[in-house]
Amino acid sequence: MGSVNMESLGPIILSLVTFIPAAGGLLILLIPRRDRDIKVFALVISVLAFVASLHLPVHLHRDPNPFKFEIDKIWITTPNIHYHMGIDGISVWLVVLTTFLTPLCVLISWTSIHERVKEFFILLLILETALIGVFTSLDLFLFYFFWEATLIPMALLIGMYGHGRRVYAAVKYFLFTIIGSMFMLAAILWLYAKTGSFDFVVIQNAIRSGSVPGFETASLWLFLGFFIAFAVKVPLFPLHTWLPDAHVEAPTAGSVLLAGVLLKMGTYGLLRFDVGLFPEQAHRNAPWIMVLALIGIIYGALVSLVQPNMKKLIAYSSVSHLGFVVLGIFSFTTAGLNGAVFVMLAHGVATGGLFMLAGILYERRHTYEIADFGGLATPMPKYATFFLVTVLASIGLPLLNGFIGEFLVLSGAFQARPIYGILAATGVIWSACYLLWMYQRIFFGKVTHEVNKALPDLNLREKAALWPIAVAALVMGVAPLVWLSAIDPAVQAALAPFTQLASKVVGQ
Amino acid sequence: MTPNPYLWLVPLLPLAGAAINGFFGRRSSKKAITTVALVFCGAAFAMALFLAAGFSSASAPYYCDVAHWLRSGSFQVDFSFYLDQLSLVMLLVVTGVGFLIHIYSVGYMWDDDGYYRFMSYMNLFMFFMLTLVLAKNYLVMFIGWEGVGLSSYLLIGYWFTKDSAAAAGKKAFIVNRIGDFGFLIALFLMIKHFGSLDFTRVFAAVQQQPTETAGAGLLTAIGLLLMVGAAGKSAQIPLYVWLPDAMEGPTPVSALIHAATMVTAGVYMVARSSVIFDRAPMALMVVAIIGTLTALFAATIGIAQTDIKKVLAYSTISQLGYMFMACGVGAFSAGIFHLMTHAFFKGLLFLAAGSVIHGVGGEQDMRKMGGLRLYMPWTFLTMGIATLAIAGIPPFAGFWSKDEILWKAFGASWVYWLIGVVTAFITSFYMFRLMYMTFGGDYRGAVVQEAHGHDAHGHDDHGHGHGEPHESPWVMLGPLVILAVLSVVGGFVGYGNRFEHFLAPVFQGATEVAQETSREAGDSTLEHLLMGVSISVAGLGWLLAYLLYSRRPQLPARIAASLGGLYRAVANKYYIDELYAVLFVKPLVDGSTTILWHGVDQEVIDATVNNSADAARHVSDTVRHMQSGNLRSYAGWVAAGGAVVIAYMVWMGVR
Repeated sequence: MGSVNMESLGPIILSLVTFIPAAGGLLILLIPRRDRDIKVFALVISVLAFVASLHLPVHLHRDPNPFKFEIDKIWITTPNIHYHMGIDGISVWLVVLTTFLTPLCVLISWTSIHERVKEFFILLLILETALIGVFTSLDLFLFYFFWEATLIPMALLIGMYGHGRRVYAAVKYFLFTIIGSMFMLAAILWLYAKTGSFDFVVIQNAIRSGSVPGFETASLWLFLGFFIAFAVKVPLFPLHTWLPDAHVEAPTAGSVLLAGVLLKMGTYGLLRFDVGLFPEQAHRNAPWIMVLALIGIIYGALVSLVQPNMKKLIAYSSVSHLGFVVLGIFSFTTAGLNGAVFVMLAHGVATGGLFMLAGILYERRHTYEIADFGGLATPMPKYATFFLVTVLASIGLPLLNGFIGEFLVLSGAFQARPIYGILAATGVIWSACYLLWMYQRIFFGKVTHEVNKALPDLNLREKAALWPIAVAALVMGVAPLVWLSAIDPAVQAALAPFTQLASKVVGQ
Repeated sequence: MTPNPYLWLVPLLPLAGAAINGFFGRRSSKKAITTVALVFCGAAFAMALFLAAGFSSASAPYYCDVAHWLRSGSFQVDFSFYLDQLSLVMLLVVTGVGFLIHIYSVGYMWDDDGYYRFMSYMNLFMFFMLTLVLAKNYLVMFIGWEGVGLSSYLLIGYWFTKDSAAAAGKKAFIVNRIGDFGFLIALFLMIKHFGSLDFTRVFAAVQQQPTETAGAGLLTAIGLLLMVGAAGKSAQIPLYVWLPDAMEGPTPVSALIHAATMVTAGVYMVARSSVIFDRAPMALMVVAIIGTLTALFAATIGIAQTDIKKVLAYSTISQLGYMFMACGVGAFSAGIFHLMTHAFFKGLLFLAAGSVIHGVGGEQDMRKMGGLRLYMPWTFLTMGIATLAIAGIPPFAGFWSKDEILWKAFGASWVYWLIGVVTAFITSFYMFRLMYMTFGGDYRGAVVQEAHGHDAHGHDDHGHGHGEPHESPWVMLGPLVILAVLSVVGGFVGYGNRFEHFLAPVFQGATEVAQETSREAGDSTLEHLLMGVSISVAGLGWLLAYLLYSRRPQLPARIAASLGGLYRAVANKYYIDELYAVLFVKPLVDGSTTILWHGVDQEVIDATVNNSADAARHVSDTVRHMQSGNLRSYAGWVAAGGAVVIAYMVWMGVR
């Protein structure tokens, strides 16, 4: 793509990437109820969105502004709401992660969704737009709009297409997150009342220049308001109990996007808004937040260890992995933040992959109970291989993607507070325990259940869905600089207020 | 430092072999698989020879920067390789012994259904092991470090349909991870204080630090943490428990990974970090103590094992203990010397044991062997040479390196020396016991094996029928003979301290300690006296084994009976596995289930949430219809909420 093309695309590319999926979803409405056509169309749309989104990282470095591909148009004059979008080296990869996972979700749902196929793919594509919107919005109202917009399609995906206790899980998910969001909404409204703007950059500048009246007294509450909404989403201990239920009941595609992207809304929010707007509060409250993150890492891993249900096991492992992200963010070190962002992406790929793999098995056996399997490496060697690669990525084997982020986070946490780094580093032991134990019980030994003897190995479609995961896990592990070279400058910018804070403390 | 653009090829060649066999092996002929595996592994060996031929101590070390790997702020790690005297020795041992074992595997594994998988894993192991020894920084070393752990996991659990094999693979990986935890923390300390993981930069920074004689400081902490990692990888107390179980893997794996190469990685890593240890005497002492205790402890367990591979496994742990003892007294080159000779004779012992197992149809219990010298003379001869070498009988290889260690240990403390000599006696005893039980007397196995060794002990069963024991094919015997030659002559490289002098540039920083040692004990009469003692105990061990297992074979059972509990404790490996299960595994699993999952997660957090939801439902009777469980109505409420918000904002704007 030439520079001319780039300039012409510049202002609209973000909107394109954001709305291609939803537009496609609306077009599906017009397609007659022929399931195959709908699936093919959904696949084409999601691949198109992925290709379009690749424009973003490729051309990111050409834009010298802190936020790239920025577009800022007045949407509503009163109240003062802007259609303000832009991305930096952090959010760009979360967008790409979303567009990367969605086509795989379409592929993996190909034969597992039998009823209301049309609605399923419409919801999936609308969800994709909402997720991308969360990462591209720079106007708090717009952000909040997309934030809540993710809730409905996801709850519907769980509630309509889930398994046994799907309604319970959907409601639990819905209530947990919406209650959390209420606090954020209150904080957003306070900021609007005082600054007259929803614009992230405007508000950030106003706070930094000290021109927001009453900010000193309110800042803790504002920080906490955002924090609760994000902490539920992450989810941070002890607000995590909606996650295992949601995962167990969700259809595969729902689980993939839930673990792969939705949880990152929480950590992204922490980084962009909580840390970005309230650095002093973030700094002050870091100790207990890091403790919660640490508990999440160890507690999540230990509870994961003893889960008899494959999906619950992976869900609790997410609690553990996301703990690393929060720990990295609140270490306020370069390594910690770089690592945190990298873990978000790596976890999205690896855990997304694990849920896809779990779904493939569910389609064959209609169970997630580990005890129902055993010895599967004999009938399904290819499946076993993909599973192992994904497990190893999740365990953090060097040269696969899990290692890079985990290593950086731990090294950052260790720089900030050695004891936190040491305790969190026990995570490398736990993850090997719960994942390899699960792997052993599912794949090794003799086939214990007669039905499992004849399980078919992966078909072409499933392989097409899994290869990108394996390749991404390897490429991210071998050449992490592709990602880190964009992340690092954004992280440095995010850390700038903290170096000032540190010197201020020293000055006092 | 001299750039050498070829270094990266050495590890990459076996990786290519692993990839080709991994992707296409399933559909390839066994001939093609063999060709790929041997050509790529052999090419690495040829490269190693080529590098050795061009190696000059004047221009060493050589290095090769391939690409940047990761960067965060000012911290950066590159894919870089490094070749100095130390890594050259490791390189030759790994590729040389590795290539021989690859050849052997062709014969040993030919009839196995997963032949391509096996060869692919073996090549993959070579890639990671060569990455480990050629790394120029600790993080690339860590790639190899974890990677050999992965290969080990895959190869121990190679016969994955067997539960014990799968469990052993997992155990090896997890116990190694405990060690890696220590290794990682050591790396974090280096990053925090030196800002780099590059050997050159770290060591340069370390050399600025004073020796921590007064008390424990940063370098002591780093040293101890590195030793935690080494104890995991090299199976030292208290993390040795995975290695005996690892014998579940096919025997070539035991020879390559669990004897000759991977398990020595910890020794290599400690030797590589000699600059750090040199300035941390307390850490060094811990290394020496752990090594010495492990040497003795594992040797005693070796006495009472009846599984031929288990004897060798405990023997390996014990011999690794010697290497750590050497490093711990500052005699790094002696440790590496023993590492090399051990690779020859222990690799040989395992391959010979494999040949025995192969010859008797998968049997591993020595009580069902005996008399095999008549059936498999070449195996007998070569294994006999290896036994002489490990027992420390001159002039075989093990004698020179072990004697070097004992001599250096004596210079540090007579206690190390004494335990070392006692261990040498036990070593000689259990090895000759193994020889007499396996090759001496008459054959005790059933000549016609009804199930081709599919009994509980049949680990390496090949499924081919057995009349009576038979000698192995030449593709297996060839490597045995070559390793036997090396086990005879391998010790001579140490003649006149040539080996030590060759490695001296690497251990420059550590030479102070070593020189002190040799000065203190620089008495050649004393040296010869001690040498006499160690030869004598080796002879005594042999004699005792001869008396008990050849002359009076009924005696050992009587002795065992009279020892009662003590014997049972030894035979059951001091119940350490059971102890770990009670102390760690069970509390962890039970506690996580009852306290964390059912307790905290379900009964505290979830119950609180559900109860407050219920309470809210009771209180807000009037708005009950809100909680209909109907998602569309919830969606409606969200929309209504949004409308309220907008109304509020309009009002704000108006005001």
